[in-house]
Amino acid sequence: MKFVDEYRDPAAARHFVRAIKSTLTRPRSIMEICGGQTHAIVKFGLDQLLPSSLTLVHGPGCPVCVTPVEMINKAIEIALQPDAILCSFGDMLRVPGSQRDLFSVKAQGGDARIVYSPLDALKIARANPNKQVVFFAVGFETTAPNNAMAVYQAKRENLENFSLLVAHVCVPPAMEAILSSLDNQVEGFLAAGHVCAVMGYREYEPIAQKYHTPIVVTGFEPLDILQGIALCIKQLEEGRAEVENPYVRAVRPDGNLAAKKILAQVFCPGPRVWRGIGEIPDSGLHLTEEYSFFDAEMRFGLAEALRANAASECISGSILRGIKKPHECPAFGVRCTPEQPLGAPMVSNEGACAAYYRYRRHATKGN
Amino acid sequence: MDNFVFSSSCPLPIQRYSHITLAHGGGGTLMRSLIDSVILPAFGDKNLDQLHDSAVMQFPQGRLAFTTDSYVVHPLFFPGGDIGSLAVHGTVNDLAMSGAQPLWLSVGFILEEGLPLETLQRIVHSMRRAADQTGTAIVTGDTKVVDKGKGDGVFINTAGIGVIEHALEINPQQVKVGDAVLINGDIGRHGIAVMAAREGLEFESGIKSDSAPLADLVMALIAGGVEIHCLRDLTRGGLASALNEIAHASQTMIAIDERAIPVCDNVKGACEMLGFDPLYVANEGRFAAFVAPKDKEKAFSILSSHPLGAGASIIGEVKTGAPAVVMKSQLGAMRIVDLLSGEQLPRIC
Repeated sequence: MKFVDEYRDPAAARHFVRAIKSTLTRPRSIMEICGGQTHAIVKFGLDQLLPSSLTLVHGPGCPVCVTPVEMINKAIEIALQPDAILCSFGDMLRVPGSQRDLFSVKAQGGDARIVYSPLDALKIARANPNKQVVFFAVGFETTAPNNAMAVYQAKRENLENFSLLVAHVCVPPAMEAILSSLDNQVEGFLAAGHVCAVMGYREYEPIAQKYHTPIVVTGFEPLDILQGIALCIKQLEEGRAEVENPYVRAVRPDGNLAAKKILAQVFCPGPRVWRGIGEIPDSGLHLTEEYSFFDAEMRFGLAEALRANAASECISGSILRGIKKPHECPAFGVRCTPEQPLGAPMVSNEGACAAYYRYRRHATKGN
Repeated sequence: MDNFVFSSSCPLPIQRYSHITLAHGGGGTLMRSLIDSVILPAFGDKNLDQLHDSAVMQFPQGRLAFTTDSYVVHPLFFPGGDIGSLAVHGTVNDLAMSGAQPLWLSVGFILEEGLPLETLQRIVHSMRRAADQTGTAIVTGDTKVVDKGKGDGVFINTAGIGVIEHALEINPQQVKVGDAVLINGDIGRHGIAVMAAREGLEFESGIKSDSAPLADLVMALIAGGVEIHCLRDLTRGGLASALNEIAHASQTMIAIDERAIPVCDNVKGACEMLGFDPLYVANEGRFAAFVAPKDKEKAFSILSSHPLGAGASIIGEVKTGAPAVVMKSQLGAMRIVDLLSGEQLPRIC
């Protein structure tokens, strides 16, 4: 298939694997930031092809995983309101809140609906003028422009029954949080290609310099990932720490200017709590004052965080920071499964625990 | 009142209703009228026409296969099919998967108040065409009407009876190490076609459901002398779930090769976009066959020469090992193909 098959070519993959093996001189740890990359690595078995001295560390780039329990609780609160419709992407509905998930709420009569775009939520709002329609705005810089556009459109239409429950997070502050932590093991990053497609990669340059850490913009196909690893290893071996962009088919240095413009108009940076990591300054996107009317937390009086009882056994914080691998968790596959998850990384399509459970559960050794 | 003339005929003939009403399920004249004017003309079977409490049939020689399934698909009509043909194909295929020649079907309709009669008519005629195509007769049935909002237009249950006229034992327990695993075509089209229709997703080239009756294809394998050990249609949960069920039932490891599993470009593209894995997407005209290794090529040849098996492929074999499905990826690495914990959900990004 055009634009897919050529990036899964076995001969080209072998070429990159050979390049990595011949360059690597000592053990290295590279973090793939995005959960989509983690899934591709495990699904295609890329780590099986790579030398054992190379450790691929899974990063915090799964929007479902890093959304704190408090936000799930707020979404549930909204879905339980008799005159509200909560719209969300499908994978958020299975994530457990403190007591239950959105699927359970839906089964008990709460109105939680799966949509494929925030614009679908807008349509629902137009069709239900007597209901408050809330879109659960989760995700990184990738999904934020669409959500910004939905709010922008709602304002233009004076749609008073639409709002966003905003849980957006941004990647660069999280990278800095990982690099500056005392137990950091990450020597290089594969930056998330789709985030860079929106934001560009200029904002990564100060991080690469400050922490002397190579950052390679990487896509999601096997060859993208192998190429990203090869370039990252090359930089490490040569003692360089630069931002490189081999993902030129999707990413320009300054990103998508139109998307950035609408983002800047609707959202502004602010503190955000990441599940398992804690609050990171300026790592979240919040509605600007001009658009605060569309803030579901304000509209439903949910600004005060609902207290969450974190599952004590879940080590998602260590997994999201790349300190531990899913199979190192004593609960993995035993007391924590996709059917009964203790934490979000076991729920999400992009969660590292889910990837290991799905593709590696029976394996004796995982990378 | 002087001019009042008593009449036993329905004062509100069905023609005056364009939609199903609760009265159509009330057991009275309106219900009789619905059956007489919509259902009987479509199915037209001598057993059904008797409107007896049960159909009485002369059973041929052989073992009996009996199955039932319910259909709740939304939307009712989708590219490549509709709930009516699906309800026939699904039950016919369930019979075929035990090596039975399907003979008779029952149909139970649960109609939602407000359903356009024209919709019901389209559905029953589609069922009739599908039944004719498979050589089955719809011999008994039932109709109920539920309040508006308590159904999804139409729910259909079909049950089927078939006859097994050969000596083969076809079930998961017969699967043996060394068996070849074949499928009769590309996977994932039904699930993506229905989802695209349901969600209003438009793909550049339209994806049609693969809904089709498989009995003829199975009978061709049997007639060709293929030593079939197990058959399984790849419906909900797709290829991955079907193979997992068989691996666990037979306590074997099933090894498949990703490169041998056909997926058409449209489906592949849609799955890439939505974050789905075609291995888990539903099919309604595809099945996996586990055959003795000596008959691998023969089975492939028979499948390939049939219109419903034109895209057949030998996708793997049964091995010793812990019950699981493992797949060699196109890059040469091995991975587990596990059961999903629920339905695939579209991802955030």
